[in-house]
Amino acid sequence: MKVWHFSELAYHPAWQELGPQLRNVVPSRLCDPRVAADLYHRYLDEWVLCDELGLNIMVNEHHATATCIDSVCTIPMAILARETKKARLLCLGMPIGNRFDAVRVAEEYSMLDVISRGRVEMGFVKGAPFEVTPANSNPADLMARFWEAHDLILKAMTTHDGPFNWEGRFYHYRQVNVWPRPYQQPHPPVWLTVNSPESAQVGGERGYVIGSLNTGYVRTPGIYAAYRKGAASQGRQVTPDRFAYMAMVGVGATPEEGYRRANHILDYSRTALRVGAQFAFPPGYQSAAATAQALRWPGYGSGVAMRTMQLRNGRQVDVTAATVDEFIDAGICFAGTPDMVFEQIKAFHDHVGGFGHLLMMGQGGHLTHEDTVDNLTLFSREVLPRLGDLGLSARAAAE
Amino acid sequence: MKLETLDVGGVPVEIRTEGSGPPLLYLHAEQYVEQAEPYLEALAKRWTVIAPRHPGYGATPVPADFRSVDDLAYLYLDLLDRLGHEHVVLVGASFGGWIALEMCVRNHARMSKLVLVSSVGVKFSGREERDFADLFYLPDIEAFPLLFADPKRYAPDYASMSAAQLEGLARERQMLAHYGWRPYLHNPGLKRWLHRVDLPTLVLWGEADGFARPAYGRSLASALPAAQFTLVPEAGHYPEIEQPDAVIRAIDAFIAK
Repeated sequence: MKVWHFSELAYHPAWQELGPQLRNVVPSRLCDPRVAADLYHRYLDEWVLCDELGLNIMVNEHHATATCIDSVCTIPMAILARETKKARLLCLGMPIGNRFDAVRVAEEYSMLDVISRGRVEMGFVKGAPFEVTPANSNPADLMARFWEAHDLILKAMTTHDGPFNWEGRFYHYRQVNVWPRPYQQPHPPVWLTVNSPESAQVGGERGYVIGSLNTGYVRTPGIYAAYRKGAASQGRQVTPDRFAYMAMVGVGATPEEGYRRANHILDYSRTALRVGAQFAFPPGYQSAAATAQALRWPGYGSGVAMRTMQLRNGRQVDVTAATVDEFIDAGICFAGTPDMVFEQIKAFHDHVGGFGHLLMMGQGGHLTHEDTVDNLTLFSREVLPRLGDLGLSARAAAE
Repeated sequence: MKLETLDVGGVPVEIRTEGSGPPLLYLHAEQYVEQAEPYLEALAKRWTVIAPRHPGYGATPVPADFRSVDDLAYLYLDLLDRLGHEHVVLVGASFGGWIALEMCVRNHARMSKLVLVSSVGVKFSGREERDFADLFYLPDIEAFPLLFADPKRYAPDYASMSAAQLEGLARERQMLAHYGWRPYLHNPGLKRWLHRVDLPTLVLWGEADGFARPAYGRSLASALPAAQFTLVPEAGHYPEIEQPDAVIRAIDAFIAK
C-alpha cells in the first residue's frame, strides 16, 4: 500500500473569529499575510519531510476560505517537484470544470511532470459544490465541461505531431501544441475523486484511480462495488491500486497522544462543512432529487447545510461536534498507538474489499508542526512497514 | 384548458392554451411557475392565453444544443409562425420578459403589443455593480424578502411541498443557472439593439421588488422606443403571484388605450 500525506493548509488562526460560515463570504482582512507565510513554509517543510520518511505527497486546492489557503494547487506541486527527490506528487486535484483554460492545465501538469522527472499523479476533480461561486463556474453544465476539459487535456498531452484543432462546446483553440510533453508516457496516471456509486462507476469504466474522501464504513463498499461494475463492463481487471481512501490519522506513543493528535486534525472535518446551504447545493450540481431532499432540511432556508455523518449502526451524528471515537466508528479517522491504527486500517481495508492507497490527512486544523512531524515519523516507522502486506493479501484474494 | 406537446422545429414544447379572445403569448418567469397558475386562469377570461413551458422546466427536456436565451427566442418565434396568429399580445415575466425582448429585437411582425413584468436581460449598471441581486449567493432567508413583498404568505414553504414539487423547484433553479449564470441574467449585447423593440410596450414593476429594483425597470422603459412604466403596489419581483388582479387591470388598461 502507498501512503500519501495530505494537508489542506488551514488558516486556522481565523477560525475563532468567524461565525457559522468559513467559505466564500469571509473577508481576507482576517488573513495576516505574515502569519500565512509562516504557515506555508511550515506546511511545505512537513511535505518535504515525507520524502525522507517514505511517504508520498498529496495536495489540493480550495478558494475564498479560511479552511484551506492552498488556492493554486500547482504552486506547492512546483515547489515540491524541485525540493523532493523520491516521493510521488499527487494533485487531487485540479478542478478542471472550473478552469476556463484547459490547455494551460495540460501545460502545468506536463511541466510539473518533467521537472519532477515523472513523479506526478494527475487528479481531475469536479470540485466541491461551494467552489462554483469563487470560480463563477456554471454548476448546471459543470460535468459536461469537466469531460470536455478531460478529453482536451489528455489529447494535448499525448499529441506530439504539432498543432491540432479544438472547437468544442466550452473550449476553443485552433492551434493546440503543448510544450514540454510529459515525462511519463503516454501521460501521468489519472485520478478522479468520487462521492457516489454513479461517479465511481464512470471511474471504473475508464480504469482510473478513484479517491473516495471520508466516505466511511457505510458508503464506501457501495462506491467500490460500483467501480468494479464499471470496470467489468469494459472487461477491465480491478487491482487494489485503483482504489484510494482518505482518512484522518493520529498516531502517538500512547492511545491518549494518538487521540489528541487526531482530535486536532478532526477540526478540519468539524469546520469543512461550515458553509451556507446555498453554496452546498448550487443549482444543477446535484440531481434534482438530491436537491429536493436538501430543501427539506429544516435549516436550509436560513442557510445552514446538513452536516451529519453516519456511524456503523446507521445513526447520524453532527459532524461539527463529533468525538474521535465517533469519527473512528464512522471510518473517517484512524487513531491511537501504532498497533491500534494498524488494526483500524486493516479492519476498514477488509470491510471495503481492499484499497491500494491511503490518503492520510496527517496534518489538519490546529495540529502543531512538532506534533505533525512526530505523527508522520511514528506512522512511517511503525505503521507503514506493516501496510505492504495488506495490499498483497487483497491482491491475492482478488486473483 | 388544453394541454398539449407540440413539435416546434424538432423541439417538443409543452403548451397550455386556455380561454377565448385575442391571442396572448405568455412566457413564464424563471421560478415558481406553478404559483402563477391562478393568474393565467384570470387572464384567460379575456384572452386566448398560450402558455408554453420553457424546455427543461416541465416534462420536456432541454435540447442538448440549447445554450442561451437566443435559442428560446427563436423557438417561440417558430411557435408563433406555426400557430399563425397575428396581432399577438406578448407578455413576459422576469426571465420570460428577457426572452420576449430577444424575440422583439429579431422580429415582432406577429406582435401588436408587449408587456414586460419585472423583466431581466439588460445590463445598465457598471462592471462593479449588479442590476439583479445574486440569487445564487443569498440564503433563502435573505432572498425571499427581496423577491416578495409578503414573503410569509407567498414564498414557497418547502415543508408543505411534495417531493415532486420540490424537484420541480430544483429543476427551475437548474434551468435558471443554465441560461443565466454567466453573464448573470443578461445578454451584454441586448441594450445596443433595444431600439428595434418599437412596438407599444408596458413595463410593469413590483414596488417592493428588491431583486430587480424599480429603478432598473425605469431604465429599461426609458431605453425602449415606446414604453410606459407602471408600478404595482404591494408586490415584489413576481406581481403576477402577489397581485394578479392589479397586473391584469394594468394590462387591460394598456391594451384598451
